[in-house]
Amino acid sequence: MSVLQGAHRFEALVVGTSNRTAITAGRAVANAPGAAYNPLLIYARPGMGKTHLLGAIAHQVFAMNPAARIEFITLDEFVEGFHVALSTGDSDRFRARFGDADLLLVDDIQFLTRQREMQTELLRVLDVMLAGQKQVVLTSDRAPSEIESLDDRLLTRFAGGLVLDIAQPDYETRVAILQRKAEERGASFPDGVLEAVASLDIESVRELVGALNRLMAFQAVSEVPIDAAQARVLIGGLQSAAETEELVVEQAEPMEFAAAGQAAMVHAGDARRVLADALPGVMLGQSDMLGGGPVDELASHPHDDDDASHHDFGLAGEPHEYRDTHEFSEPRDAGGDADSLGDELAEKPALQADRDEFGDFLSDLAATLARQVDPWRARVGEAILRWEGEGFRTYRLERLLDDPEPPDPESVMVQYEADAEQLLELRAEAESLAPEMAGAAQLTDPGNMAAAEAYMQRVREGAVPPAAPVEHWLLDDLIEGPGNRMAVRAAQAAIAEPGNKYNPIVIVGGSGVGKTHLLHGIGNALALASDGHVACLSAHDFTQELIEAIDRDAVTAWRNRYRRCSALLLDDVHLIAGKEKTQEELFLLFNLFLETNRQLGFASAVPLAELSGVEPRLLTRLEGGLVVELPPPDRELRQQLVERTLAGRGQEADAELVTYIASRPAESARAVQGYVQRVLHSADSQQARANVTLAREVLEGAPRVVRKSSVPGRTVSVAVSSSGGVKSREKTVWSWPTLSERVIEEWK
Amino acid sequence: MSLVNFTAREITCKIVYYGPGRSGKTTNLQYIFGRVPDTRRGRMVSLATQGDRTLFFDFLPIDLGSISGFQTKFQLYTVPGQSYYNATRKLVLQGADGIVFVADSQARRFDDNLESLQNLQENLLSQGVDVRTMPIAFQYNKQDLPGELVLQPSELDESLNFRGVPSFGADALHGSGVFETLKGISELVLRKLAAGGIAE
Repeated sequence: MSVLQGAHRFEALVVGTSNRTAITAGRAVANAPGAAYNPLLIYARPGMGKTHLLGAIAHQVFAMNPAARIEFITLDEFVEGFHVALSTGDSDRFRARFGDADLLLVDDIQFLTRQREMQTELLRVLDVMLAGQKQVVLTSDRAPSEIESLDDRLLTRFAGGLVLDIAQPDYETRVAILQRKAEERGASFPDGVLEAVASLDIESVRELVGALNRLMAFQAVSEVPIDAAQARVLIGGLQSAAETEELVVEQAEPMEFAAAGQAAMVHAGDARRVLADALPGVMLGQSDMLGGGPVDELASHPHDDDDASHHDFGLAGEPHEYRDTHEFSEPRDAGGDADSLGDELAEKPALQADRDEFGDFLSDLAATLARQVDPWRARVGEAILRWEGEGFRTYRLERLLDDPEPPDPESVMVQYEADAEQLLELRAEAESLAPEMAGAAQLTDPGNMAAAEAYMQRVREGAVPPAAPVEHWLLDDLIEGPGNRMAVRAAQAAIAEPGNKYNPIVIVGGSGVGKTHLLHGIGNALALASDGHVACLSAHDFTQELIEAIDRDAVTAWRNRYRRCSALLLDDVHLIAGKEKTQEELFLLFNLFLETNRQLGFASAVPLAELSGVEPRLLTRLEGGLVVELPPPDRELRQQLVERTLAGRGQEADAELVTYIASRPAESARAVQGYVQRVLHSADSQQARANVTLAREVLEGAPRVVRKSSVPGRTVSVAVSSSGGVKSREKTVWSWPTLSERVIEEWK
Repeated sequence: MSLVNFTAREITCKIVYYGPGRSGKTTNLQYIFGRVPDTRRGRMVSLATQGDRTLFFDFLPIDLGSISGFQTKFQLYTVPGQSYYNATRKLVLQGADGIVFVADSQARRFDDNLESLQNLQENLLSQGVDVRTMPIAFQYNKQDLPGELVLQPSELDESLNFRGVPSFGADALHGSGVFETLKGISELVLRKLAAGGIAE
């Protein structure tokens, strides 16, 4: 089994146009093994990152599923393993090994050449894995069709998946790779050095990294930072002799040779030796720079200086220009040692030609052009790397690179970056509102901002907090009596230790006994004690909101509103009976709040035991907390209630009146308050003081002594029985809703 | 002239080699001609006197092929260095995208260099071209001659290159510095291009 290198991860791959497709496919395969592109075959020349990509896939699969069985082998290992298995008669076990794997990564399958037996074996393994939807990824240094004598069936299998190649990295990618690798190694170089190396004709990533290592090694022994020209000499050996001379000018003795070109070549040789001495073990690049000739031989070759004046057109003699301008003819001179000069000149073109100056010039020009004329291409490449790193889709930018002639690349890039920046802001907003929604695909595509905005709208809607408790229903305002004492004390305990003491707290009681007041009182106290939002609303509203959310396809956002709350209090919870979706959502919230020790509170007008239409799983959870009953108000509570209500109306508490009203039977506090209100209204309408007589009259219909009217001829006698019957000639329209407006009509 | 045509994806650069007579302008072009593959170069036109002195001008078209998606063509010209051919020099200078000033490094030719440089500035001015905006590179040719005969590039820089443009020591006959100079002027031209110097 191959050793999986820790550094071989997707993050460490520099993505460029040459390898983007392969890496994207690799990611897809790693994220969903067996589901896409199976088998995946990647071919490229050595040193282009195939093995790195295999390792990255393995790491990714392992990170996502540590239990996954991953087989990562080279073809050599596959062959060797098979041969061992055959020799030990254990071939079944060998096959079972791959049959059990979830992911098979095979490196260097080009060695299948002419190995019919191994091809058959690999085919068998492939078929087993593909049938089991297990992922297979293979690499080769050449296209499958170029692997000699490869079984057609294997070709068919490969074609059934995806076959991709990794091309030679372009200039921008080479620069990016060098920068990334230099950064990883903590090395820094002056501007232009890495660009100079990238502009050389280095074909593979591995060679590129090797070149970087050479730069670093040189820089380590050099007192001054290496510059672009030196880098080119060191890496490519393409530097002109004169520049090479500069490289070692301090070490080399001044040359006495008159033939400068040749002298320079000697310098080049010296430069190599100096470098070799300084950097034992560092390969110094093309030795053919010296035209294949031994350096010493060149160095020892004497030079005449007879041609010292061969440029001196100002001197007498033939000018040194080419006569036939359509053909390259060697310069000549009448003076000096013709043979010696002839030898020298015959040698020089060969040396110069090896350097392919025009090729170098083109290479440099291409780099310059990329920087100067199409600088956007480099910037687009950088932008793609950056935004892919942010997790954004970059197809808009990739199209630019694919298009040889995009109409306005700058504005496309500016717009893309603006959109991406906006997405970043939206993502940050989503992160603050609903972290689990921030990673949505809608927020990763700058090419579809409309979808992002629509999605954010839903997130924002979800961010509006649910209804809070009504502010004026405070726990302190609740009158405590023997009947409700247990409930009030339980509420106080729950408030003291939210989520821990009584969770949930369920208040059960008839209508008007103070359940809602108590629930909101709890809510207000919790809100006061915590930073989070306390949701307090009726089950009816809860259900209505859910229905609207379903209608707008915004259930997630709706759900998140509640998930963010520090407490959830639902009034009239009995109303969820028969509402399945509401119960389901409440159940989920219930569990979440319990798990996170957040307070839950419910009020129900129906005892839990009598609740029908509620799922048992929810009912048992309600019962699992503290269920307290709020009974009808007892006499003590009623008395306090009457006193407070009278005081609230600015009435002095008449003890007799208070006692009388409190003695009246009442099923709820609301009813007691109703008594007081009726008496006070009646008193107001009669401009009389509220007293027990009036109260009796109002509440019981008791006869009262009425003063005779001063208006003659008008009968004002009233006879109202205690049972409310009308016995006088007047009658009261008891059914009139407002007491003060009840009409007392004279009976005729 | 059309420097860069984004629609046609073409770049055409006209580079003029300027300098005093016998400084080696034609030699530069000939060296380049000798290094460019047959398929990439056009016919080099050179009109010379009987004494092999450039009478009118040299012209070398080079097709660099597709570079970064642009069909790139360089047109290299020389001007006659002799002072009495100023009309031809003006003609050749028209529409130049970049100029290589080939100076003769010999000390005794210093005044000729200066005179030619002044002539260049005058001719550019006469065509309404601001010399400060024109990409120019200096080449100090014949640096291979004995040290006592030539001025060093630093000395020539001090005297001629007061704008501090790129300069290159060269031995055009043997090629040293020729492509370096061409590359230097190309970069300047392309940089100007990127800075907005896109002609129609």
